[in-house]
Amino acid sequence: MNQVFETPMYPYVRQADQDAATTTRHQVIVVGAGPIGLAAAIDLAQQGIEVVVLDDNDRVSTGSRAICFAKRPLEILDRLGCSAAMVEKGVQWNKGKVFFDERQVYDFDLQEEDGHAFPAFVNLQQYYLEQFLVDRVRELQAEGAPIEIRGRNKVSAVGSHPDHVTIEIDTPEDSYNLHADWLIACDGATSPMRVMLGKDFVGRVFEDNFLIADVVMEADFPSERWFWFDPPFNKGQSALLHKQPDGVWRIDLQLGWGVDAETEKRPENVIPRLKEMLGDDVKFELEWVSIYTFQCRRMEQFRHERVIFAGDSAHQVSPFGARGANSGFQDTDNLCWKLKLVMDGNAPESLLDSYDSERILAADENILNSSRSTDFITPKSGMSRVLRDAVLDLSEKFEFARPLVNSGRLSVPCTYDGSSLNSADALNGPDRSRPGSPCPDAPLSDGFLLPKLAGKFTLLTIDADAPDVIEEDGITVTRLALSLKNDPTLALKDRYLGEATSGVYLIRPDQHVAARRPSFDDKLFRAAIRRATGKE
Amino acid sequence: MSDLTLTPNIDGADDFYAELLATHDGLSREESDALNARLVLVLSNHIGDRTVLAQALAAATLKISA
Ligand SMILES: Cc1cc2nc3c(=O)[nH]c(=O)nc-3n(C[C@H](O)[C@H](O)[C@H](O)COP(=O)(O)OP(=O)(O)OC[C@H]3O[C@@H](n4cnc5c(N)ncnc54)[C@H](O)[C@@H]3O)c2cc1C
Repeated sequence: MNQVFETPMYPYVRQADQDAATTTRHQVIVVGAGPIGLAAAIDLAQQGIEVVVLDDNDRVSTGSRAICFAKRPLEILDRLGCSAAMVEKGVQWNKGKVFFDERQVYDFDLQEEDGHAFPAFVNLQQYYLEQFLVDRVRELQAEGAPIEIRGRNKVSAVGSHPDHVTIEIDTPEDSYNLHADWLIACDGATSPMRVMLGKDFVGRVFEDNFLIADVVMEADFPSERWFWFDPPFNKGQSALLHKQPDGVWRIDLQLGWGVDAETEKRPENVIPRLKEMLGDDVKFELEWVSIYTFQCRRMEQFRHERVIFAGDSAHQVSPFGARGANSGFQDTDNLCWKLKLVMDGNAPESLLDSYDSERILAADENILNSSRSTDFITPKSGMSRVLRDAVLDLSEKFEFARPLVNSGRLSVPCTYDGSSLNSADALNGPDRSRPGSPCPDAPLSDGFLLPKLAGKFTLLTIDADAPDVIEEDGITVTRLALSLKNDPTLALKDRYLGEATSGVYLIRPDQHVAARRPSFDDKLFRAAIRRATGKE
Repeated sequence: MSDLTLTPNIDGADDFYAELLATHDGLSREESDALNARLVLVLSNHIGDRTVLAQALAAATLKISA
C-alpha cells in the first residue's frame, strides 16, 4: 500500500538562512507541522504575516490518530480554505449504537439542528487532514504569500527574551540559528519546547492501555459509531468501532493496566482479538496498530513572553470525545487575530493574556469532559462500577438513563463566559449567542452567515441602523446589515434575536460575540471595541 | 425554590418498607447492590430538580441535620 504518510511532503532543502553571515530574524516561527502548527501558519499567512514552519520530520502523521472532526473546527478550517476537501473526502455520520455485555442496549441519532453549513462531525484520517493543510500552504505560496515549511529542521535549543526568541536548529547537514519576533510552539504532547523552557505540564495519568487498530475491510457495517461496554470479546473492558474513508475502520480496544504494549501490538496477538470481535468470516487487513495510554493535563500558562503554546503542547486530553485536534484549532483561531493586532501595533501586548485565559477556560472544560467519560468507561471503584452498570441496564429499557451513558461527550466549542474582552450582555436575546459565544451559523437568502463574519471585526445588525464602517483606534469594524426579511428559515431570529425585535452584535474575527444590544449606540460600541482589543 | 422533603411523607410507611425489602428477596448481595443503584437512578430522574437532588445527596451523607 502506498500511503500518503509514507511520502515526504516537505523534504529537507538547504536554506539561505543556513549560510547567512548573521542570524536571520523572522516575524513568526511555528515549531511543528502537525495539524495545529499548519493551521496557525496558514491563518497568519492569510493575514500577510511572514511565517516559517519547522518540523523535525518531513511527512504527515503516520497512521490516522485523530479521525473525528467536529463542526466548529470545520467552520474554522473553512476560513483557512480546507473544509471543502475534508467534507468531500470525509465520512459523515450521526447514528450510533451502544452495547453492554452481549446485547445492544440502544441506538441513537444525533439529530442535528438544521441550518448549518457543516455537519456535526466528519470522520477523516489525520493524515488526509494534514495533507489538505499542506496543499493549502502550497496554494498560498503559489499566490506569493510569505509562508514556508522546512522539513527535517529540528529545534534543539530555545532562548526566550522579552522582545524576541532565539532558537537553534539541527538539520541533516548542520545546525543553524534563527531569531523570531514571535514563536508558536505546536510541537505536540511531548513538546520539546516546553521541556527546554522548563515549563510544567501537570494533570492526571490514567492507568489504562488502549489498542488502536485501523483495519481495511469490506464489511457492510453502516457509518455509525458503535461502542461496547464489557463485551464478550473484550471482557471487563470497552471497545469502539468507527468508520473512516477508503474502507478503513477504527477499532479501539481497551486493554487495562499492566499489559506489555510491544507484545499486544504484534499482529499474531491483534488479529485473533479482532476476529473475535468481527466474526471469523470478515476479511480485513491491518493498516496501522498502536497502543496508547493517556493523560489529561495542561500547562499552567500557555504564553511565556514571546513563546506561545497551542494544541497538544499546551493541553492534552483522553481521546474520548475527540477533543484533541478539535480544540487545538480553536486555540489558533483565538490566537492569530490577536497576534496580528499586536504585531501591527493596533492592540497592546496584554491582549495576548486573553488568549491564555480564554483557552485555559476551554482546556479545563475539555479536560473535565474527557475525564468524566474516562471515569464512566473505566470505573475507578467498586461502587462506580455498580452505578455505571445500573445506568447501562436501565438504558436498555428506559430512555431517561441514556443521557447518563458517557462514552465520550463529543467536542463542542467553549463559550468564553467572563472573558475580559466581553461587554455586558444588553440584549434580551438567546443564551446561545450571549457575549463570549461562538456565533451559530444560519442560512440566509444568499448563503450561510459564518463566511460573512470571517477574519475581521463585524457589526452585525438585524433590523437596526448603524454606520457602515466604524474606525476606533486602528480597528476597522464593518457592518453586516441583515433583516428578518432575509431569514427564510427563521434561524437568524431564533439564534440571534429570540424575543427581541432588533439586535446589534459586535463580532470578533474568530466569530465569537464580543457585545450585543438592541440598537446601535456609538459611545457604547466604541467602548466595546476597545474592550474586545484589550484596551480597557 | 423547592426543598427536599425531610418530614414523613409516605402513606402506609410500613407497607412501603415491606415492599422495599420484598424487592430484594432472594437476591445475592451483588444483585441487591445493583438493584439499589438502579432504584437511586430511577428516583433521581423522577425528582429531576438539581437543587433537591443536591440536598438529597447531602442528607444521605448524614453530615447535615434537617
Ligand atoms: C489514538 C488517538 C486518537 C485521536 N482521535 C482524535 C479525534 O478523533 N479527534 C481529535 O480532534 N483529536 C484526536 N486525537 C488527538 C490528536 O491527534 C492531537 O490532538 C493532534 O494531533 C494534536 O496536534 P498538534 O499539531 O498539536 O500536535 P502533533 O500532531 O503531535 O504535531 C506535533 C509536530 O511537532 C513536530 N515536532 C516535535 N518536536 C519538534 C522539534 N523539536 N522540532 C521541530 N518539530 C518538532 C512533530 O514532528 C509533529 O509533526 C487523537 C489522538 C490519538 C493518539
